[in-house]
Amino acid sequence: MLCFLYSRIRFSVTRNTHAIIEDTSLLMPKLKINDIELEVAPGTSVLQACEQLGIEVPRFCYHDKLSVPANCRMCLVEVEKTPKPQASCALPCGEGMVVKTNTPVVTRARKNVMEMLLINHPLDCPICDQGGECDLQDQAVAYGFDRGRYAEAKRAVKDKELGPLVKTVMTRCIHCTRCVRFADEIAGMPELGAFGRSEHMEIGTYIEKAVSSELSGNLVDVCPVGALTNKPYAFEARPWELSKTETIDVLDAVGSNIRVDARGQEVMRVLPRLHEDVNEEWINDKTRYACDGLKRQRLDKPYIRDVDGKLKPANWGEAFAAIARQIKGLPGEAIAAIAGNLADAESMFALKQLMQYLKSPNMDCRQDGALYDVSQRAGYTFNTTISGIEKADVILLVGTNPRLEASLINARIRKRWLRGGLKVGVISEQADLTYPTKYLGANPLVLDEVLQGRNAFCDLLKNAKNPMIIVGAGALARKDGLFIQYRVRKIAETYNMVRDGWNGFNVLQTSAARVAGLDMSFVPGQNGKSTNDIIAAAQNGKIGLLYLLGADEIDTSKLGSTFVVYQGHHGDAGANRADVILPGSAYTEKNALYMNTEGRLQSTRRAVFPPGEAKEDWQIIRALSEVLGQALPYDTLAQLRQKMVQSHALFARLDHVEPAPWNSFARDGVLDPAPLQSSISNFYQTDVISRSSPTMAACVETFLKSSVAEAAE
Amino acid sequence: MSMFHSVKRFLLIDIIKGMALTLSYMFRRRVTINYPFEKGPIGPRFRGEHALRRYPNGEERCIACKLCEAICPAQAITIEAEPREDGSRRTTRYDIDMIKCIYCGLCQEACPVDAIVEGPNFEYATLTREELYYNKDKLLANGDRWEPEIAANLAKEAPYR
Repeated sequence: MLCFLYSRIRFSVTRNTHAIIEDTSLLMPKLKINDIELEVAPGTSVLQACEQLGIEVPRFCYHDKLSVPANCRMCLVEVEKTPKPQASCALPCGEGMVVKTNTPVVTRARKNVMEMLLINHPLDCPICDQGGECDLQDQAVAYGFDRGRYAEAKRAVKDKELGPLVKTVMTRCIHCTRCVRFADEIAGMPELGAFGRSEHMEIGTYIEKAVSSELSGNLVDVCPVGALTNKPYAFEARPWELSKTETIDVLDAVGSNIRVDARGQEVMRVLPRLHEDVNEEWINDKTRYACDGLKRQRLDKPYIRDVDGKLKPANWGEAFAAIARQIKGLPGEAIAAIAGNLADAESMFALKQLMQYLKSPNMDCRQDGALYDVSQRAGYTFNTTISGIEKADVILLVGTNPRLEASLINARIRKRWLRGGLKVGVISEQADLTYPTKYLGANPLVLDEVLQGRNAFCDLLKNAKNPMIIVGAGALARKDGLFIQYRVRKIAETYNMVRDGWNGFNVLQTSAARVAGLDMSFVPGQNGKSTNDIIAAAQNGKIGLLYLLGADEIDTSKLGSTFVVYQGHHGDAGANRADVILPGSAYTEKNALYMNTEGRLQSTRRAVFPPGEAKEDWQIIRALSEVLGQALPYDTLAQLRQKMVQSHALFARLDHVEPAPWNSFARDGVLDPAPLQSSISNFYQTDVISRSSPTMAACVETFLKSSVAEAAE
Repeated sequence: MSMFHSVKRFLLIDIIKGMALTLSYMFRRRVTINYPFEKGPIGPRFRGEHALRRYPNGEERCIACKLCEAICPAQAITIEAEPREDGSRRTTRYDIDMIKCIYCGLCQEACPVDAIVEGPNFEYATLTREELYYNKDKLLANGDRWEPEIAANLAKEAPYR
């Protein structure tokens, strides 16, 4: 049988075999399943048709998002006029087909396949981390034989080393090849494969090496058994002990939908949740594995820096009093606020109102110091939308490495490329994006070439049906970001990227807070200072109080002797420099709104409570406003949201992308010839949570440092 | 009252009969025991104080599968686990709250490796509640102490399992 499996796997290499044929000239086949008649789209497999009817067909190798190898044989069904049971996942529905899934033949076939699969599967469920959420376990109970007849020796396979994220117990492998197909198709790192045949078949990397993909954590999810499991979470908890909270991720600007599993007050792991328009059913490794950073370096009580320069624990009243003392008599211009990358919409809104009460125009949510034009919403969002990428045929990437900045957007581009006919141009540093690209150089002056039609890539753009341009946050954060934005807008307009029903102008944000911050204009008011000006003024002693709302990615050594208030959840750069620390909550500890790079409003949900005396962020600002004698006009989150919607209607609808109107923005200027590059070089450590995570540190050690060493050799 | 009853009462017949019954017990086997010094017999299925067992080579049996924790109707068991240095799955914490425990025996039935068992000991009354919050050390010590009896009981039960 295993020999047969092997031959099947060779076929599986053909890509995307289950894509629904889009030729509507074919008739919709009508068939009968268990005496229920139905009509399906052409190309639908029998298994998919059964799913439409709600008939359960057991399977191991079949996965919605992967190609179909039909090698586990678990999905056998009986089809009239065929001599043997058929694998329903690889059998397209045909006109007049009569399928039965509940006959004794099918039951017996399933039982026998199950018995074959279990021949070499060890009986180690009690020590297997998959136990309790294992497809093999569940289906063995539902469809298997109730005893084993196999008395001979079982085979054992040596475990493979796949790096610090994925633990392997290869003896448990049932050779469904889902991991091989995932690595080949979705992640674009054909490093996994099946070698050997029949009894000797093994899954592994051809040479012993860590799987170097930022999507490798998904291997754990696709594996139907316990062969690939979550390494940092090994043996820590059982699925039935965990309380599950459906929330979203904020470690990049994609806003992946996730499920946070917590035991008691401890976040144990993060799993993806299906959202076809955002992350499909994948998440990147930072999202999945940085959750152990939530337990370390946490700020759990307020601190005040005392006369000898040491941070001393305090209570909330003392901390607020210290701020009030400092703020007393300060003119509005001497107060400033910077919001960080993880700040939620509510707390930014509350802080903005507080700043308005204090008559300060100095606030900025762009801690990277970007100064591009944010007067138009279309000028800073991902207008095409993530699912829109699948309609594109030419993509130009400017100053971005989507693989590091938004791995799931990169996976979407790759998915589109797999369907064929996609051309991707890159104006940025050279990088492996998992699909072939046309490299146009890193010089920003190439933008002018493209704009004037002097570049070879222009023909492609001209002839494209749905061209897209994606400009990275790194390019726009440069000093000439405004001019780059202008040129990108011009390119978009020149090549007909913006028209009814299609907007190909995209800004790829890297910070989860950015779009919400810009939508509510958490930017300098009239005569206000932007991030760089605030820092410069602080260094010159012109700022009396600087309020950092989770802003850690600014240069905190350049703040002079300014009185710094840091509100956040981790002890990082900001807290290190702060004079008063107000402990806030991380994204797993509050119900808060975030806008992803598309401008899609999503909400996090509280999975655990914030540690110690830490509070939800908007509540801290509300409490502080009262101490300052300027109480903000809301007492509950609902009231706050109501006020926020009154001022900014975009915050009214969850999970909806409002197409932004297209107007002119940005202006022309002289470009700096310095090469364009991505804003992220270290994918694994981009924020306070991932910097506190030991798993992410291990990844840096394995993937980044070792590749540097390899390059040196 | 008839003549017969009067004579019977006069001669104390009933009293003598009763005394005779009492006297007869002096010659029968005793049914009471002198408890702390003598103990009654208990069956191999007796569900007494818990113990964690070891393999003959000294390796603890428990593999932290947490099935006992899951099945426990009183939620008296708390387990935490992590990979041991050699990579094997072991508990770092195994607590039983003996006050919560209802001695139903489901934990030993759930255990795939016969690690947690309810042994034959029932004399572990304490003066404080705290002493009845058993941890892993206490349970393993119990196992070491009662292993011969527990092993004998399990052997007797083997044909029925």
